[in-house]
Formats: sequence, C-alpha cells, structure tokens
Amino acid sequence: MTGHAEKAAAFAADESRTHWHDESLWFVRVKRDRQAASIPEWEALREAASAIKTHTLSRLADYLEEFERNATANGIHVHWARDAAEHNAIVHQILASHNATRLVKSKSMLTEECHLNPYLEARGVEVTDTDLGERIVQLRKEPPSHIVLPAIHLKKEDIGELFHIELGTEKGASDPKYLTEAARGHLRSKFMEAQAGLTGVNFAVAETGGVVVCTNEGNADMGTSLPPLHIACMGMEKLIPRAEDLAVFLRLLARSGTGQPVTTYTSHFNGPLPGGEMHVVIVDYGRSRILGQQTFRSSLGCIRCGACMNTCPVYRRSGGYSYGYIVPGPIGSILAPQRDPRMHASLPFASSLCGSCTDVCPVKIDLHQQLLAFRKELVDSKVVPLQKRLAMAVMGFVLSRPLLYRMSGSLLRALVPGLPRGLVYGTWNRWGIQRELPTMPKESFRDLLRKESS
Amino acid sequence: MSSRNAILDSLRRSAAPATGRPAPLSGTRYADPVKQFEETLIAVGGRLVRGGDPADLDIYANAAKVASLVPGVPSRSVDLHAIQDPHELDGVDVAIIPGEFGVAENGAVWVPGEVLAPHRAIFVIAQHLILVVPADQIVDNLHQAYERIRWQPNSFGIFISGPSKTADIEQSLVMGAHGARSCTVILR
Ligand code: SF4
Repeated sequence: MTGHAEKAAAFAADESRTHWHDESLWFVRVKRDRQAASIPEWEALREAASAIKTHTLSRLADYLEEFERNATANGIHVHWARDAAEHNAIVHQILASHNATRLVKSKSMLTEECHLNPYLEARGVEVTDTDLGERIVQLRKEPPSHIVLPAIHLKKEDIGELFHIELGTEKGASDPKYLTEAARGHLRSKFMEAQAGLTGVNFAVAETGGVVVCTNEGNADMGTSLPPLHIACMGMEKLIPRAEDLAVFLRLLARSGTGQPVTTYTSHFNGPLPGGEMHVVIVDYGRSRILGQQTFRSSLGCIRCGACMNTCPVYRRSGGYSYGYIVPGPIGSILAPQRDPRMHASLPFASSLCGSCTDVCPVKIDLHQQLLAFRKELVDSKVVPLQKRLAMAVMGFVLSRPLLYRMSGSLLRALVPGLPRGLVYGTWNRWGIQRELPTMPKESFRDLLRKESS
Repeated sequence: MSSRNAILDSLRRSAAPATGRPAPLSGTRYADPVKQFEETLIAVGGRLVRGGDPADLDIYANAAKVASLVPGVPSRSVDLHAIQDPHELDGVDVAIIPGEFGVAENGAVWVPGEVLAPHRAIFVIAQHLILVVPADQIVDNLHQAYERIRWQPNSFGIFISGPSKTADIEQSLVMGAHGARSCTVILR
C-alpha cells in the first residue's frame, strides 16, 4: 500500500508545478493573515469559538434533541443516520418518494465522506455538483483536492481543455472569466432542470431549529429556491446552541479560510420553501466514537475552513491527493486514521510538527499535538511498519540510558566516517534518501564543555 | 433501537463532563460605521450609493426586465405576483430588494425572507442586484447584527455581501458565478 510519502513524491516530481501549488496556497494564507490582523479581538474570538464547541460537544445529545424539536416545529423532517450506508439510503429514499432523478448539490464534505454521488448515480439519479471547483473535479471524475478550494491543484489550461471537451468552449481558451461564464450557463440549465437540491450544513442552530449554509457563488441558494425539495446533510458536530453563536463562527470562518470578511451568501434555512419540503439528515458515522476519546475529541470542533491546509508546509508541497482521504492536510491526517487506522497509518507522519496549523485554526484545535499523539497510538497498536517501530525502539532504548548513549556517540563518531557509502545510505536508511548526514564532529558537546570549563 | 436513540445514547456515554458557555463578546466598533461599510463593500466587489432612487441608476435604466420589491420603485416587464413558477424568473436583469440593515465589518446586508415573497429565488436568480437599506441602519459587527434579528418559525433570512463570486480557477477572482453579477447598495 502506498502511503503519503510515496504519493507526495509523485506530486513533487514536477518541481515547477509543486512550487506553483505552494505559492497559490501561501497567497491564501497571507490573505487570511491580513483579515485576522484587522480584527483586534481575533484571539478572543478564537477562544470563544473553542469554548462554544467544547461546551456544545459536552452536551451534544441535549442540543441535538433541542434542534430536532425546533426543526420539526419549523416543518423540517429530521432523519438520523448511524453511518454512511444509512445516510445514503435516507437521501435516496427521499428522492425516490418524490420521483426526483435530477439533483443539484452544493458543497458538502460529508456526502463525499459517505460516497453519496456514486450511490445515487447507481440508482439512476443524475447528480450535479454546482460549486464551480467541485463541478470541475466532478467532470474530471476526481475527488476535490482541498475542502474549500476543490480544484486548487489544476491550472487554468487544464480547466480550459476540460471545458472544451465537456462544455464546448473554444479550444485553447483558458481565461478564467470566460471559463466561469461558460460554467455559469451550463450550471444554470442544471438548476432549471433540477427536481431537488442538496446542501451541506455549515452550522445547525439548536435554538432556532434551522441550518446555515455559506457560499460565495450562490449555488446553495439557486439549488434551494428553484426546486421545492431541499435536503441538508450534516455531521452532528455541526450543531451550535444559539443564533448569537453564529456571530463568533461567521466572523472567523471566511477570514480564516479564504481571507474574506464573510462569504457572499450566508443563508439561514429555518424551514422549507413555501409549498416545498425540507429534510435534515443528522449523521454520526464514527463521530460519537471520536467524542469518547479525550485526546482527539476537540477535532470534532472543526468548521472546515481549510486554513490548516493552506498554511501546512507539507500540504502545500504534496497536494491534496497525496493524503488519500477526502479531507486532506493536518485535520484530515487526524480524521482519516480515525476512519481506518491501517489504511491511513502514514498520515500522522505527514507533518513537520511545526505547529502552524494549530496557530491558524479558528477553533484552536491542537492539531500538531494530536498528530503527535496519533503517532504514538499507531506505534503502540503496531500499525506502523516494523522497520520504523524497531528504529524507534532502539532510539528509545539508547536515549533513556545516559551511559549507553555516550558510548554509542563515541562509537559512531569513530566508525561512521570510515564506513563505505553504500552501507550508510543502504535501503534501510530512508532518512538518507534525500538527506546527507552532517560531517561527524571529532568531539561530542559534552567533551567540549568539559574542556571549556576546566 | 432506532438510529436516533442509538446515536443519542452513544453520545451521552462518550461526552466529556459538561463545560460552561463563554461570556458574550462585544466586537469592534468603528468611528464611522457607514464609511467602514462602504470600504468593505467595495473590497468585496460591491458598490455603495448614498441617497437617491434606484430608478436613477444606469443599471436600472438599461435593464429590460426589472423586479422590484421596494415600495415606490416600479418593476419593468415583470409581474412577480402573476408568476406562479420561480423558474420563470430566469432572465430577470435587475432585482431591487429592501435590506433591513448593513454590517460595517463585512459589508453584508441582512435580508429577511419575508421581503422576498412571493419568490425567494429572486435575490439569486437576477443578473444584477440592488439592495436598498435605511441609511441609519448600519451596525458595527455581527454580534450586534444577531442581537437584533428576530427569528420567526419556518422562515428564511440571508446576509448578502457583494456580488456572487468564485476564485476556483487558479485563484483569479471572477464576479457572477451563479448569482448576481453586481451588487449595488443604496443607503437612504
Ligand atoms: S482544523 Fe481548524 S484550521 Fe483546519 S479546517 Fe478545521 S477549523 Fe479550519
């Protein structure tokens, strides 16, 4: 099985493209910094966001019940799904009972997590992702490579070529304005034909029994104000207690994610379109299990802003697909091995532990601490390859015995310079693939210090 | 056991000991909220007009189909109440909609769902948007904004900050992704 490092190597093989990817994301990070600096109470906001999430998660069952009561009073149908299969079946059943075979979707990472699109397509439903970036990757039959910027890995020429084939734009045309206009026309016809609209949920509010959806494009609003049927799918951690809490999160979300003061459209759905129907599907799918783990619980507070990806030196240089999970970057590297530790064992190691993610996270998730803690779990449960475990065991043994440590130091200083290169940089030394050992000093620090102080 | 009860049960078993809610925040105030609103609105691609009539704007004069929800401002070639199906609104050039208040820190205008009746789609389906907001109704920040919203059961409401936009192609900002290509706010 290929882990993060192997897939990242494939991405990084194209050096100029890697550099360009890195710069594009850094540009977004800089915009985020500018917005954060414009709010004097930025740190207090992050504190508040974190405290609200901690509070909500500590009483999630109560708040979900409150939400259900108020949503039902608003005329919304509330469904509960334990896992992806149940979620997909509920959505399909709602569509089937309305004979709806044309669905327009706005962004929802949850439905990606549940692989809803292929499930519905296999049952005769035409699913159109309507966020421009998502539509681009859908037409390429790829998953998004970033949770907020789904097509960040593509150049405009790639998209021009795709649109030429799929939408009949002029060959060779790559002007973003022209391509966006073509997509607008194409997707508007999809909106006009749609029989149902599906949205994700940025926030669900217990107090009002409604959900809030944020977009820049207006695609969630097109999809919920033309067809009479609206299905909103939410991971249950999207809940917040009160409408006033929205102020805290909305002040942080777009500023952190894309460096905008707020998204263009922030829509509050507290009921169906007049004469229409609205359904909310609340999904667990492993979340209650994460809630039970003290170390990783706070990862449920994630508002999916994408800031930890934009800032991550590893993500920027390895691309979203190197993670092999729908949510990449630092937060994905915590969520993915929760879903399947064996399959995603390499992800907690796809980090320099520099802590930049933790610094930018608007809800103050201790991302790099959790990545470190996850490494320990994976080593303890023997999911990490034997070679790595052995190396760590030897290191641990030596480092915890001062005398042995000193002896090995002098031994290595004496031996290594004389060893043939083939032995030092043998296949066993993965560290050495792209690195050179420093020249061995003659004396250890300890020797030097002793000399100096005598 | 139903999925609902199974989920709630496992949440109750897993949750950490209850923690309290943080104290409410007050948020930045601006010396001149209207100026801040204008600057932010321009930064998000919108434009502000101080005073005057929507009918005086070029965008109104040049439009073939105008749907107005602002009393006293006439529609042109669109009769919202005669339309049964919101799909027929495709092709409306300009929508003129009353906003309740603006937010200085992010250039957003609050539009309660009631004013959009009979067809909610009008704010997003029209090619251009004109929002008419009372000049003395600009709050500093979102905390104040949410304090003043009164939630009706079974309702809709939206903050609109500038025109519809996307930067999904190489991070180049393009206005008019799906919704309005331009957004003019008239303060009067
Ligand atoms: S972990 Fe934090 S920074 Fe990363 S996407 Fe979630 S909220 Fe944003």
